[in-house]
Amino acid sequence: MRVGIVCPYSLDTPGGVQNHVRDLAEALIGLGHDVSVLAPSESDDLPAYVVPAGRTVAVPYNGAVARMSFGPVASARARRWLNEGGFDVLHLHEPATPSLSLLALWAAEGPVVATYHSAHPRSRALSATAAVLRPSLEKISARIAVSEDARDTQVSHVGGEPVVIPNGLYVDRFADAAPRPEWRGEQGTLAFVGRLGEPRKGFALLAEAFGRLAVDRPGLRLLVVGGGDVRQAAALVPGPVRDQVGFLGPVDDADKAAVLRTADVYVAPNTGGESFGIVLVEAMAAGATVLASDLPAFRRVLEDGRCGLLFRSEDADDLAGRLADLLDDPDRRAALDEQARTVVRRYDWSSVAERVVHVYETVVRA
Amino acid sequence: MTGAWVALALAVLEVVGLWLSWTANRLDRMHHRIDVARGTLDAELLRRSGAALEIASSEALDPPSRLLLLDAAHEARSAEGGGLELAESQLSQALRAVFERPEDVAELRRDPAVVPLVGELAEHCVKVELARRFHNDVVVSARALRSRRRVRWFRLAGHAPPLRTVDLDDVPPPGLG
Repeated sequence: MRVGIVCPYSLDTPGGVQNHVRDLAEALIGLGHDVSVLAPSESDDLPAYVVPAGRTVAVPYNGAVARMSFGPVASARARRWLNEGGFDVLHLHEPATPSLSLLALWAAEGPVVATYHSAHPRSRALSATAAVLRPSLEKISARIAVSEDARDTQVSHVGGEPVVIPNGLYVDRFADAAPRPEWRGEQGTLAFVGRLGEPRKGFALLAEAFGRLAVDRPGLRLLVVGGGDVRQAAALVPGPVRDQVGFLGPVDDADKAAVLRTADVYVAPNTGGESFGIVLVEAMAAGATVLASDLPAFRRVLEDGRCGLLFRSEDADDLAGRLADLLDDPDRRAALDEQARTVVRRYDWSSVAERVVHVYETVVRA
Repeated sequence: MTGAWVALALAVLEVVGLWLSWTANRLDRMHHRIDVARGTLDAELLRRSGAALEIASSEALDPPSRLLLLDAAHEARSAEGGGLELAESQLSQALRAVFERPEDVAELRRDPAVVPLVGELAEHCVKVELARRFHNDVVVSARALRSRRRVRWFRLAGHAPPLRTVDLDDVPPPGLG
């Protein structure tokens, strides 16, 4: 299939939408599709499938200053890309902002799929802007949301029934990461990923449980990944075992994969506010056994405990108990890891891209 | 002899009184001119955001440009008090971003239905700038007068609130020049 993808944000800056577009494009190419990505960029160093659409302009919009694409020049580029592309399907990301996606939508004639990433409150001027957007948005044949929150935003703004297809991940990037022996503890290695000082990430709970376990296990190590105030977080760990905790700060993707690959058990002590829990899937992909609080989102990902263990949310005793059980039972861990390995394939970009292709096929045939 | 002195003193007092009341009158007139100038500026700002809304609601521009203008114009029209200057400055920024290049505006003007919309917008962008300058001019002269000793000592300004200039980015779009 010939697929034209439009990314609204500049590929010259990092960001969730940009990563999504790049990963999706590469996964689709991997599945044998013909993909062209139109995106703002002024760089010369772009993947072969990217067509740069030039600069963006910083303008105030919806209460912030954002970099946007608009005007006759960008418009002409989008039109030319569409004409030359001869796409079977056009896939736009975030088309309801003053962006390249909206320009492409304006000029589009064939089947259009749109993916919504952000969960944002209603624009103050939305009632007026809706009238401008309506004729263009009516051209969209299928809507995808990357999360339940993004879906709810869509439903509350325009109604309808967008499908949720979450972000994928490249399982092999985690499975093939090299473990770091220098991070390993002789009596086991635990890992935690999450912003420090954000109570709902639950680091305080883990620090308490770890304190109880680690006094009897001087070789147990805890690796902590995440930005925030390290000194404040370290103070939560009982003094005698504090040097068994390694605070690594906010690390890049490769180091995060190495941490998860090094860990025996990944602990997710979150107390709420999680809608999906991609990091659980990353941990499973890296081969760490997951122990997570029994939030509905985590329960779903871990299939009710089939491919990872659950503990009672906000219960440090239960967390410490289950953690000890897991550390002392390698066979149990191996069994859970075996299940996890097959489950994570579903979250791999190749599977996610297949679901996106199903959406394409539905609208192309219609 | 005493009678002459008293007469002279009375005459001086009267001259001083006249002078003070003439100053108070001047100040009063200035305050009035400031009110009028502020009214003119507010009206021009409303006309400018109205013209921006009108062109954004027509189909002359691409949808992203229309969204930007609608958003900025709505913000400007609903801003109050201290938020007004920021919102109007942001509208100026949005207008400059959309009507940056004269050749794009020339292209727009090829549609006869759009010509009056562009013309009106260009006119009000210029008039906003003029109205803001005239307003601030009077404010500055009135401030100078109010800072004179006689005005402060005799409280000639009464309970009038302190005078503020309007600080606004109102540089018109280069493409509309």
